[in-house]
Amino acid sequence: MVKVRISVQKEIFHSGSEFSFLQEPGVGGVSVFVGIVRDVNEEDSVSGLYLEHYPGMTEKQIEAIIEEAGSRWNIKAATVIHRVGQLYPGDEIVFVGTASAHRGDAFDACEFIIDYLKTRATFWKKETTGEGDRWLTTRESDIRAAEGWKVR
Amino acid sequence: MIKVVFFASLREELGAGELSLECSAIKNVQNVIDKLKQTRGSQYGESLSGSNILVAVNQEMVNLGAVVNDEDEVAFFPPVTGG
Repeated sequence: MVKVRISVQKEIFHSGSEFSFLQEPGVGGVSVFVGIVRDVNEEDSVSGLYLEHYPGMTEKQIEAIIEEAGSRWNIKAATVIHRVGQLYPGDEIVFVGTASAHRGDAFDACEFIIDYLKTRATFWKKETTGEGDRWLTTRESDIRAAEGWKVR
Repeated sequence: MIKVVFFASLREELGAGELSLECSAIKNVQNVIDKLKQTRGSQYGESLSGSNILVAVNQEMVNLGAVVNDEDEVAFFPPVTGG
């Protein structure tokens, strides 16, 4: 049974405070990925990033992604925090943390969760650049990264 | 009534985030698109027929043939870009 914490929120999160949830008995390592809003995308400078989600569905999808990770790797706890609303370069946008007895499971599950979040959870990004606002399209490299987990 | 919701670029394109549809003669997702086109204009037909548009019924991903019942929530949106 994986202990799970999921939050889709406008508020900032504090990565350091998230460790206590992941420190379960038997845990020997925690792997963390934190996504940060870049100030450049496709050679244009980015001054803002707006995130929209589908309340209810998004949380259920994240739950399913963590459940799949739990069926593939031996993880004891997992946290996904994803921010929505108006963000700016340098802001922390997503936190994925996985805890396991040994590092391999934690590393793999963490990478799997962020790869699937990017391609399977209902979030949409719109960035503000000098050229105006634009909705982002799914990156081919993100699709390939998620597809890669099918054959491993 | 059927609740229809749109997200992201699609919501902006259509100028609508949420609307209600009479469920008479609606059996599946394709019928929802046809009815929107008929009652709200060709823009709906064009925008919702895009090959990359995704659909969910009651927050589960489905295809255009999926069954739609009274009181269901049907969502249309572009490919996701989270993370």
